[in-house]
Amino acid sequence: MMTLAQQIITIVIVVLGTMLTRFLPFMIFHSDKPTPKYVQYLGKVLPSAMFGLLVIYCLKDVSIVSGSHGLPELIAIAVVMLLHLFKHQMLLSIAGGTVCYMLLIQFVFIA
Amino acid sequence: MKDKTAKQIKIKALKCAFPYTIPILAGFWFLGLTYGIYMNVSGFSFWYPMLMSLTIFAGSMEFVTVNLLLGSFNPLQALLLTLMVNARHIFYGISMLDRYRMAGRKRFYLIFGMCDESFSINCSAKIPHDVDRGWFMFFVTLLNHFYWFFGATLGGIFGSLIHFNTKGLEFVMTAMFVVIFLNQWQSEKHHESSLIGIGASVLCLFAFGSENFIIPAMLAIVALLTVLRKPIENGGEAS
Repeated sequence: MMTLAQQIITIVIVVLGTMLTRFLPFMIFHSDKPTPKYVQYLGKVLPSAMFGLLVIYCLKDVSIVSGSHGLPELIAIAVVMLLHLFKHQMLLSIAGGTVCYMLLIQFVFIA
Repeated sequence: MKDKTAKQIKIKALKCAFPYTIPILAGFWFLGLTYGIYMNVSGFSFWYPMLMSLTIFAGSMEFVTVNLLLGSFNPLQALLLTLMVNARHIFYGISMLDRYRMAGRKRFYLIFGMCDESFSINCSAKIPHDVDRGWFMFFVTLLNHFYWFFGATLGGIFGSLIHFNTKGLEFVMTAMFVVIFLNQWQSEKHHESSLIGIGASVLCLFAFGSENFIIPAMLAIVALLTVLRKPIENGGEAS
């Protein structure tokens, strides 16, 4: 467990890091000069990869060799995907998948 | 028009901005509330979601920060993770260079509050000619900021009053990223980058373990995207 000071430092770093990503373009790029091609390219392709990484980041502590073998996660993600493909309502998909996961680990895969 | 006071200009911009933010109102209350409850059940007082929603104002990063706070103290990883998770803001900024610069001193707040949703509205909304663009974008950002702050704070305060079993609520973050990932997937013609993101992350997770995989995964993603730039860009043109 972190101390309060360590928590504050962590939060301040996240705040400053976030601000840096928002203010940086306004500090380095001038509206009268074209943005470098490589930067434009990264701007286009990086977001998809980032969200892929974030999905894996959320699942990093799931063990497929022990416990419930990642089955509740797998089922709930399938529910999220099916809801999203058929209804295409972001909030419904998120809520449906989360409720499904909570029911699974509270009543079916009881640790 | 000439005798219009500054106040009337602002009210007109607010009235014009509000309808655009209604979908965000629903989304941010739900996600903000969940985020506040999530922090509460993770053992943090309402001050955390309240101040974090106000100062960070980047939804996905705030969820990630809860995990950071529950782990061991690692400022460098926190910084790199923030920069990578929020790297997309750089590209939002590039698209908004001219529009936000026009807004005078308000631009500092516009840039500070440039979350995905504010960016999407400010970038795409058809603002009528008789509405002040600067104030329109200002109110879009302010309203979104307020919805998120209000939801997160309420969740943080009332999370402790919730008597149903909240075990598994943390899955809301996974579900949110899966949905965003799917949205990206459906909006792109070629899926190289999505696949690289998943593939490189899974490989690095197995190679480096759950505590240390993020930074190698990020480096691998940027390296792969750089090496594969030619085929990816050509693939995009061919379609």
